[in-house]
Amino acid sequence: MISKRVEQLQPSGIRQFFDLVLGMKEVISLGVGEPDFVTPWNIREAGIYALEKGYTSYTSNKGLYRLRLIISRFLKKRYGLEYNPDEEILITVGTSEGLDLIMRAILEPREKVLIPQPGYVSYAPVTILAGGKPIYLHTGPEGDFKLNPGIIENAYEQNTKAIILNYPNNPTGVSYNRKELEEIKKIVFKKNLLVISDEIYSELTYDFPHTPFATLKGAKERTIYLNGFSKAYAMTGWRIGYVCGPEKIISAMTKIHQYTIMCVSIISQVAACEALENGRIPVEEMKNEYRRRREFVVQRLNELRLNCLKPQGAFYVFPSIKATGMGSLEFANKLLNAEKVAVVPGTAFGSCGEGFIRISYAAGMENLKEAMNRIERFLKRQCNLK
Amino acid sequence: MDEILKILEKDARTSPEDIAKMTGKKISDVVKTIKKYEKEGVILGYKTIINKELIEDDDNEVRALIEVNVTPQKDVGFDRIAERIYQFPEVTSCYLVSGTYDLLLVVEGKNIHTVSNFVAEKLSPMDNVRGTVTHFLLKKYKENGVILKHKEENKRIAISY
Ligand SMILES: Cc1ncc(COP(=O)(O)O)c(C=O)c1O
Repeated sequence: MISKRVEQLQPSGIRQFFDLVLGMKEVISLGVGEPDFVTPWNIREAGIYALEKGYTSYTSNKGLYRLRLIISRFLKKRYGLEYNPDEEILITVGTSEGLDLIMRAILEPREKVLIPQPGYVSYAPVTILAGGKPIYLHTGPEGDFKLNPGIIENAYEQNTKAIILNYPNNPTGVSYNRKELEEIKKIVFKKNLLVISDEIYSELTYDFPHTPFATLKGAKERTIYLNGFSKAYAMTGWRIGYVCGPEKIISAMTKIHQYTIMCVSIISQVAACEALENGRIPVEEMKNEYRRRREFVVQRLNELRLNCLKPQGAFYVFPSIKATGMGSLEFANKLLNAEKVAVVPGTAFGSCGEGFIRISYAAGMENLKEAMNRIERFLKRQCNLK
Repeated sequence: MDEILKILEKDARTSPEDIAKMTGKKISDVVKTIKKYEKEGVILGYKTIINKELIEDDDNEVRALIEVNVTPQKDVGFDRIAERIYQFPEVTSCYLVSGTYDLLLVVEGKNIHTVSNFVAEKLSPMDNVRGTVTHFLLKKYKENGVILKHKEENKRIAISY
């Protein structure tokens, strides 16, 4: 009854673990992939106002022109990145929809896509659903979990159409500066690849300015820039994001979008306008808070000898648990049962995540402190570490 | 504003150890800086925010905002009369404001009588006070950036990618 394509999608190996967490009461969760803040009030209020005013209709397929214009101006001002609101911007149901659309728009059957790992969980499934084939780019602690031209060169196979980049990265928090991106660009050009650049955590970059891949010289023509409101503006539940790229690609994506989605909720679109126009201060405040938590968590983890790099962005750290002798899932399970602290096993993000866990610091300071104390106790009891 | 002050303003109980971790500074430096702020009067004290709405005893205070019209004095303007007024322990805040009146006071008392006695017997008779308008607070919704309500439960699901 079910198509082979869907049957072959592997059910996530850690579904059971997730169910266990969801079924348990009073867990301190460091396993959440969304902000612990609610959407800033001015943005929520704009949504309420939209409803009061009777904004309850469809919008144009690409999204409200006003929102596209604001996005276009925002990108220009913030990054010097120029996209035409008429043809080069599409409003999507989160970055999630953008990822799905781009794969369906560009892939011929069995064409390949390079996917970095550890990486966000939906890249491989959307590739497979669109008839493509994922090729994994394994990164590891020896290279600070960063992609480099060598990794791409080695993994490259004939018939590869595109590469996905995601920085700052979920789950490692790793990001790239302009120089590192230039290195990646060279190999991308050499292999004639399209770049699908998921920059949803761009606003949460702590140590250096974020550089969109499309701002590299000559890269714009082959880059699809994906972003969204979920993370920086704490708007996960509004389901809204956007894609920018060459007209031809955006128009192909719009074709699919218009038949499958029609348009994004108008209420979310109105709220998104407010987010970009008047969201700077709350975004900066949230970012400052994340930065303090990052410093705290990284210090604590290293004290506990769960070694980790200081990530440059997002709200995740990816410490090694190899010193405990446990596997990722085993560690997460035992920690949950012994101390009621939830983390995500690194293997959720690809096989090379074995030996690591993802800790999300999108949690209040009190919870982070308590969770770290519990992890300390857990380590003492379980492994006689320290 | 200094990171240390921002952190303490949010939670005065954050320990120097934790502040050091959050800012990447040395603990001894954090302790020194805090001492310095205390000495300079940048940090004036550490208080607990209590939601008195939830305390059900009889001696709950009443609070009033009082607008005061004042005749300013030669050379010192409003300062001397303000000083005379803010020395009363009932006055918890005192501001000079622009607009139709001059001083805005926040006054607290055990009950409505203590506050009205203060107004009738202390404040109004003062030479330079030309008139007062008293507003008793009926309900507090938000104070000093804190919404006075039970925290709502976290609505996020406990684990996600
Ligand atoms: C790297 C990455 N891309 C995309 C998404 C999806 O975000 P959206 O809410 O915009 O669909 C997430 C959400 O966790 C993510 O971490």
